[in-house]
Amino acid sequence: MKSERRLKWLTIAAVVVLAAILLLFVARSGPLASMRVTVAPATRVDLAPLLFGIGVVEARRSYLVGPTTAGRVRHVAVDVGDVVKAGQLLAEMDPVDLDQRLAATSAAASRAKSAVDTAAAQLADSIARREVAAANARRYDDLGRKGFVSSSMTEGKTQEMNSAKAQFAAAEAALAGARQDLARLDAERAGAQQQRSNLRLLAPADGVVTARDAEPGSTVIAGQAVVRLIATDSLWLKLRLDQHRSAGLQVGLPAEIVLRSRPGQVLSGKVARIEMIGDAVTEERIAQVAFDTPPKDVSIGEMSEITLRPPGVKQALAVPGAALRLHGGKSGVWLLADGKPRFVPVTTGTQGADGRVQIIDGLKEGDVVIVHSESELAADRRIKVVSTLTGS
Amino acid sequence: MISLAGRDILHSWGKFVLTGVGLGLLIGATLTMAGVYRGMVDDARVLLTNSGADIWVVQKDTQGPYAEASSIRDDVYRGLLGMPGVAQAANVTYLTMQVRHGDTDLRTMVVGFEPGQPGEPGYLVAGRRLLRGHFEAIADVKTGFRLGERIRIRRHDYEVVGLTRRMVSSGGDPMVFIPLKDAQEAQFLKDNDAITADRARTAANPALNRPGVPGLLDAVTASQTINHSVNAVLVKVGAGDTAANVAQEIRRWKHVQAYTREQMEEILIAKLIATSAKQIGMFLVILTVVSAAIVAFIIYTMTLGKIREIAVLKLIGTRNRTIAGMILQQALGLGLIGFIVGKISATLWAPAFPKYVLLETADAMRALVIVMVVCALASTLAIRAALKVDPATAIGG
Repeated sequence: MKSERRLKWLTIAAVVVLAAILLLFVARSGPLASMRVTVAPATRVDLAPLLFGIGVVEARRSYLVGPTTAGRVRHVAVDVGDVVKAGQLLAEMDPVDLDQRLAATSAAASRAKSAVDTAAAQLADSIARREVAAANARRYDDLGRKGFVSSSMTEGKTQEMNSAKAQFAAAEAALAGARQDLARLDAERAGAQQQRSNLRLLAPADGVVTARDAEPGSTVIAGQAVVRLIATDSLWLKLRLDQHRSAGLQVGLPAEIVLRSRPGQVLSGKVARIEMIGDAVTEERIAQVAFDTPPKDVSIGEMSEITLRPPGVKQALAVPGAALRLHGGKSGVWLLADGKPRFVPVTTGTQGADGRVQIIDGLKEGDVVIVHSESELAADRRIKVVSTLTGS
Repeated sequence: MISLAGRDILHSWGKFVLTGVGLGLLIGATLTMAGVYRGMVDDARVLLTNSGADIWVVQKDTQGPYAEASSIRDDVYRGLLGMPGVAQAANVTYLTMQVRHGDTDLRTMVVGFEPGQPGEPGYLVAGRRLLRGHFEAIADVKTGFRLGERIRIRRHDYEVVGLTRRMVSSGGDPMVFIPLKDAQEAQFLKDNDAITADRARTAANPALNRPGVPGLLDAVTASQTINHSVNAVLVKVGAGDTAANVAQEIRRWKHVQAYTREQMEEILIAKLIATSAKQIGMFLVILTVVSAAIVAFIIYTMTLGKIREIAVLKLIGTRNRTIAGMILQQALGLGLIGFIVGKISATLWAPAFPKYVLLETADAMRALVIVMVVCALASTLAIRAALKVDPATAIGG
């Protein structure tokens, strides 16, 4: 009978142990298992929000230097990368017959000058004639009145005097005409010279040549660039910010700039301008960020990551952002009260750079909320608070 | 009253337990197979649940975004927001791709989502949500990434700022969540060589590179690199409207396809994973049949092994009921041990599977019933053999 009792106990013990193991497994890994969560209290902290966007290095001032009329490029004096000064010759267009036309107008002007001289001489001649004729007319008039000469003689001399006067007037007019002709030809020559100098493409400002778009011999149309310049002291970044993450963007905000070519280096800058026109398609706002000190060897079009830090909120009631959940179409947090989760809708405000979110309404200081959870929370879920859900 | 079954088991308990454990492992394998099937279905369901949408709006005449490729313009959602009954609408992209993690390649589904909109992971197990609009990622813990690690997707590095759990594609690949704009770029941006080659092709086209029209080539090239497409728009229906009605309106007026949760589940479970599910289901059936057969044979041979003792029992006048009860009790006990060992082993090794294995309690209960019934049926075979035995065998041999 002893072995009988032993058997009974052994069987019971075995069944209990097996059932216990089974229960343990069911409790730890089934739908009955309690969900592990991490919690955090709502505390008052200083929230420093951040704005983050992608910037592209651009030149604030860039110049396309090209001819104003269609023509052929005669020679290009600079190459890409050359540093040029304002007024420096960059390229020259082929003048075709402009030099000859300039020579022709010059010759015509010289000839006009000679014509002026001729006219002046003729005027002097006519003055001399007029004076002699006037003296003769006076003398014959005197003699005619005394009766020494016939009146026809007198009249003849008077007529000679009038004729000399008319010739003087004609010579005077001829001189004025010759002078006007000279002025016209001078102006034509100056115009041709202007046109000639217009074919010399000069640098409008100090800068660096970024492109040499046409080579000697190629034909370009009016307005097409032969050489492109940028002013190197005008490099800035065109920053694109997602519209719904751009609150607090303002001119003068300090910017942390990380160029793609030097990821370890943070350059400083400032928001220089906020564009009135955003990008409606990509739903982004555009702002320009200027370097405090432009870096050397930066290339146009280089991508950069820009972080702005708008003014934050002091001593705001905040919870970690991971605690915010959507439940029943409402945004809120799961409050841990008496060991049970309870959903509380909240109104949120500023989000800090550490991920904390300001709670404007719905929580009070010291309320403990569930931050991380193994799956979606529900009011009737059993939960177990742990310090971390990942790692051991 | 003495327990005949108990005495017999005690007599050769080592053999009995070992047989039970062996049987248990077989049952464990069967349970796991059921778990694999359930896990597959659950993967599909969880994908839909996690997206948080009531309606999936995809390209017309496609069954996207999971079962088929779908591409719609990323401004479609604006039109949808204006429709009655639509509470939220958000663009989303899905891209299955290999992501490098250390020295290994990892198959993941990269999801592009807009923070605060449907498509965002509903809960995190560590870290925080996305703060920056670019180059931050939330990864499923299954990917193996840790907080602060960097993931390279196409040409950009993304910092893992949050970890989530059970966010998988219908194929069971863990998800990596990145901002929508980055995902759009990752999905549609070609590699640099291809871009350069494309530019050269465009430049070689005389129609697009005309000498008299400076700037035309630049304009054409620029227009080629822009892509404003997403795979789907996730719509949340406002209170007081049914998803079916809203989806109907969207289909009618917006020239896109809209699926409700039920339709999407139908597509995923009945179409996308149908073949592999059937494959596993077939295997599960065979495994169940084989397990049942093995249980039956074990009990039968166990009984035959002690046929001489049974003959002795009969000789000393033991009633048939007692003998049958002994065999039945032993069979059921074996089944119970087998089930418990099976359940425990399945629970133990399930997390080690690369894809999700869902062990449902209902399945386990069903398995328990089946095991017990099979054991009972199998014991009838053995009982018949035992009852037929001639008591003379005990002395005659």
